[in-house]
Order: sequence, then structure tokens, then C-alpha cells
Amino acid sequence: MTRVISRRLAGISALGALALTLTACGGGSQAADGSDSGDELTGTIAGSGASSQENAVQGWIAGFMETNPGASVSYDPTGSGTGREQFINGTVQFAGSDAAMDAEELAAAQERCGGDVLELPLYISPIAVIYNLPGLNDTHLNLSPSVIAQIFSGEITAWDDPAIAETNPDVDLPDLPIIPVNRSDDSGTTENLTEYLAAAAPEDWSHEPAGLWPIEGTQSGAQTSGMLEVVGGAEGTIGYADASRVGDLGSVAVGVGEEFVPFSPEAAAAVVDVSPPAEDASDTILTIDLARDTEASGAYPIVLVSYSIACQSYESAEHAEVVQGYLSYVASEEGQQRAAQPDVAGAAPISGDLRERVEAAIEGISAAG
Amino acid sequence: MENHVTATQNAEPKPGRSGASSAADTTSTAGAAALPRTGSSGRLGNRIFAGLSTGSGVLILVILAAVAAFLLYRAWPALTAGADTFAEVDFMSGRGLWAWVAPLVFGTVLSSVLALVVAVPLSIGIALFISHYAPRRLAQLLGYVIDLLAAIPSVIFGLWGIQWLMPLVSPVFTWLSTRLGFIPLFAGYQAPARNIMTAGLVLAVMILPIITATIREVFLQTPRLHEEASLALGATRWEMIRQAVLPFGRSGIISAAMLGLGRALGETMAVLMVLSPGYAINLFLLQPGQHQSIAANIASHLPEAGSTGVDALIASGLILFAVTFGVNLIARWVINRRAEFSGAN
Repeated sequence: MTRVISRRLAGISALGALALTLTACGGGSQAADGSDSGDELTGTIAGSGASSQENAVQGWIAGFMETNPGASVSYDPTGSGTGREQFINGTVQFAGSDAAMDAEELAAAQERCGGDVLELPLYISPIAVIYNLPGLNDTHLNLSPSVIAQIFSGEITAWDDPAIAETNPDVDLPDLPIIPVNRSDDSGTTENLTEYLAAAAPEDWSHEPAGLWPIEGTQSGAQTSGMLEVVGGAEGTIGYADASRVGDLGSVAVGVGEEFVPFSPEAAAAVVDVSPPAEDASDTILTIDLARDTEASGAYPIVLVSYSIACQSYESAEHAEVVQGYLSYVASEEGQQRAAQPDVAGAAPISGDLRERVEAAIEGISAAG
Repeated sequence: MENHVTATQNAEPKPGRSGASSAADTTSTAGAAALPRTGSSGRLGNRIFAGLSTGSGVLILVILAAVAAFLLYRAWPALTAGADTFAEVDFMSGRGLWAWVAPLVFGTVLSSVLALVVAVPLSIGIALFISHYAPRRLAQLLGYVIDLLAAIPSVIFGLWGIQWLMPLVSPVFTWLSTRLGFIPLFAGYQAPARNIMTAGLVLAVMILPIITATIREVFLQTPRLHEEASLALGATRWEMIRQAVLPFGRSGIISAAMLGLGRALGETMAVLMVLSPGYAINLFLLQPGQHQSIAANIASHLPEAGSTGVDALIASGLILFAVTFGVNLIARWVINRRAEFSGAN
């Protein structure tokens, strides 16, 4: 009997909290601050979203729970779209997404949060253009954006094409047909590469940026592992994959301005720093418009930026504290270094400048009501 | 041999049941003190068992109806939607529902037919060997191995296809494409061998066990008299098989093939793993990026599909359901029609 009553009371108080949250719209700063220092965090939060972040997130969760054994964080790699959807309808407390939310989603998310939304670029991962040419997998072939675009659109069909030879004077190119490989599923990696090609080589790449490969009748594989299987499965293949997964395959040094830049964490972080903020960016929404066509020295332009999405205020103090603690760890130098380890995710650590802005945004997370 | 065993097993319940009922009769007439208890508990058990088995029978119908209803209900928005509804769905790339599903149905059927073309003759061979050629011990062992093959999960077949089969068939496909490339069927092979032919081969191996097991059972049922009559007339063993076993087993072979087809049509993981998909309707068996099956397509696009996309994918699932259902209906019809003059009775 008492149990029933207490449960009913809990229900009523939860409803009350919800009502408070809804009325407290926009502000979200009447906070239970100061609880993040000292004592250990307890509570459970769940996240879902981009599978690109999965390895990094697993690393972060492990690192976070080492210092906060009482807290529990889970992440379900359901895909960016599903992650945003689940975040908006309140199924999860945070989401990972390869794309920034559009205006409609943002409005819905703000309604769900009863306040501002955080979109933080905490996972930066270079995408490598990979190839399988025995004997040449250790040399980074120099390819300009225009040549990469022509290869993927099927205009350059042999590895000893003069256009490739021109930028690789010291390499003995094999007389092999080029087999372009793409992802068969809807993928943030594909979207990034097509976005890059459309921005950096508009004359040679006539397709719109899209998560699905625009050309039909090609070799393709599902997921990154499928892509790697196909590229590894035959000689003369060229594809693209998350840089941490390159393994024994060769990777291209991409033409930027006058130089050719192979992927590296520093080069990837560099392009994020030279990129301007997106239109709807704010103090909490740190989305950027990647400068794909940058000519800045030492910047690697084919980069996947995956956002961590969270609310600025949560109904439950527990959720607010754990989300805040978790994101602080992710943004910290330790967290970023952890994700950068090749056996975790091989991500590129964010720069100090970006970290300051991210930390300021995380600082504002609080419990409503 | 097994013929007799199954016959006695079938025959057994009858005397058992009549015995039980006669026992019940005696109790009711005699009215002995000890007997009514066993009688009533037997009757209760009987009723419970009847209820349970009827319940199971009804349950399977309910499940089937529920699946069909779910598919229809969820697919309805897509089935009734205008063509421009799907403009926003990326993976349909501007096609309407039917223009999008048609190549998928074609790819599904093509891969399954290729699998059948390879698997059925092979299965008949294996089944004949087990039923008529192999020594008894070997036949039993082989039977077990074949059944074991049926228990391997399809993702393993997918891995096997990628790691082992593809490198193996690649030179063969290259040869076919360079020498016989003037035949459109073999034109334009591109390594690695991620085409509909490889998918068909992997599927063939996957459906081999169920086809073989069914055909083997049918061949074992061939009336001894037919076989002996044939041999007595001076037929060789091959002639005997042609005259007695194959005609007798024809409907069994067809139904086995249909069972295999049913599995091949719905196979997801293996196809997803070994095929470079595409949305074309053609017979370029060796080219990548031409075909795709419905099930693999759903698995590939569901994670990133929006709500309209999910509707379309479920609609394609409904169509797959209808195709599979149709295949089974045809199989039933063929078997029933053939049964009359197969000479079985």
C-alpha cells in the first residue's frame, strides 16, 4: 500500500518537474551548480547515434567510469539519424551525430530540453583515401582533388595515367585498371568525401554531396569493414575509410594548395581550426562549416566531424551531473588523447582554443527546477 | 528401410488409442474402485494435450496473420502514397515505389534462381548417392554432415564467401569474361567477385542441405517393388534410377527446390556481405553494382532511413512476403497435382 502511494507520488512529482522544465523554457540557468566538484558522480545516462564515434565513445566511457565507478554511461551506435531522433523524443540523454541538426530538428530538440541544446564537435576523425597497390602501399601517392574526383567518377581508369604520373614523378606506377570502391549504405563517411569532392574539385565532380554514393554500377561494401574487405580483395582498388582503419592499405596524400598532405591528427585538427562557424552557431552550438577547399598549409581537408549533442538543462539532477561530468571528460586533454590512441579510435584531438569554448558550454549544463 | 520404420511409427498410435478407449469403456461399465481415477486423469490429460496441440496450431496461424497484418498496416502509407512522396528518401534516388521495388524483386529472384540452378542438380546427386549408392555407414555419416551444414549461420557463409570463395572464383570469372565476354551474360567482369553470380553460389551452398535432406527422404520412399521390377527386367542401376526413382521422386524434388527457394529468397546477411548492390534489371551476371535483393536492401538501408524510408522498406518487405508466399503456394499446387499420377500409390 505504502509502496503504491510512494510510487504515485513519484509520478506526480515527475510530472511537476516536467511542467517546471517546460515553463522554465529558454533560461535553464537556475542551476544546481557546484555539484560537479569533489564527490563522485552516480547515475545512469544513455546515448545513441553515429556509429563513426562508437570506438571513441567506448574509450571515453571506459575512461570516465574509471574515475566515476558509480556512474554508468551507455552508447548505442544506431546511426546519426536515429540518434538525433531518439534524443529529440527523450529516449536518450545524449546523442552522437555526424551532421549538425537542421533548423527543424533544432527547434524540436530545444522543446525537448526546455532550453538550449549543446552541439559540440568532440570527435574529429580524418578520412583516408585508401588504395591497394602492392609495393606502393607504404608510399603516400600524391593526388590532387581534381585527380581524386576523376578517379572516383570513372574518368581516369588506369593507375599509370599521365595525370597521376605527373604528381608522382618518383613512383613506378603499375599498369593496372583502377577499381573505384564506395560504401553501399548511407554513410557519413561517404557524405564527407562527396562534400569534399564537390567543394575542392567542382569542375570534375558534378554530383551533389550525399550520404549515398551517387554513381551506380560500382564496387561497394556495407559499413567500413565491408569497404575494407572490397579494397583488400583486389589489386588496383581505391576507396575511402576512417583513417584509424587503414591498416596495411595505402593512403593518399591529398593536394592542398601547392603541397600534398597525408592524413595525421594534427593536420585534421588544423582544418577544423581554420573553418568558420556555421550559420546557426552560438555559444552552445559549436557547429562549423568545414573549409573543404582550404589552401592553408598543413591542413588535411577530408575530415569527419562528429558532434556530441546534449541538453543544457535536464529534469533530473542526476542526468545533468553525469552528462556534464561525462562531456567534461570527453573534452578534456586526457579524454581526447584517449580517443586519439590508434587502438581506440585514432581520432584527432581538438585544439586548445576549441577546448576552451567547449568547456564553457559544458559548464552551463544544469538541472532544471 | 526407413520406409518401414515410418510406416510402423505411423501405424502405432491407432492400436494405442483404441486400447485406451476400450480401457475407458471397461471402467465405465465395470465401475471398479481403482480404475475410475486412472480413467478420469487419462481423460483430463487427453483434454489438456488436445487443447495444447490445438492451441499451438492456432497460434502459428495467428502469428502468420499478425505478421501479414503488421506488414500491410505499416506498408499502407507507402503503397498508397503519390510518387513525389519518395523524393526525400535518399536511397530511392528519385524513383517511385514500384520503379524502386521492381529491380529489387528481380535481383532477389535472379540470385535465388541462380542458386537453384546450381543446388538442385547437386542435391539430386548427393541424395541419390546417399539413398542408392553409398554403403550404409557412409550414407549415414554423409546425412549427418549435410544436416550439420544447415545449422551454420548465414553470416559465416557470408564470411566464407568473401574470404574463400571470391579469390577462388575470380580467375574463373576473369577467364569467362575475356573469352566469352561477347555473351552479355559474362560481359564486363571486375574484380573482386562481388556480383550476383557469387551471391548465387553462396546461396546455393546455403540451400543445399534442406534440398538434399528432402530429396533423400523422398528417394528412400521409392517402392522396393518398382526398383526390383526394373532391375529384374535387366535395367542397369542408372536405368533403374531413371525409370523408378526419379519419376517417383519428381514431386519431392520440386517441393524440395521450392523449400530451398523460400530460404534463398529471404536470405539477408550472406547477400549483404558478398554483393556490390545496384538497382538495374539486366542479366550481367559478372558485373558489380547491378543487382540487389530485397532482404539485403532492407538490412542495408534501415539504420539511416527516415520515416518515409522505413515505410518504403516495409512495403518492399511485404512484397517479399507475397513473393515467398506465392512460391510456396505454387509448390503446394505442383505437389498436389503431381501426387495423383506419380505412381506412389
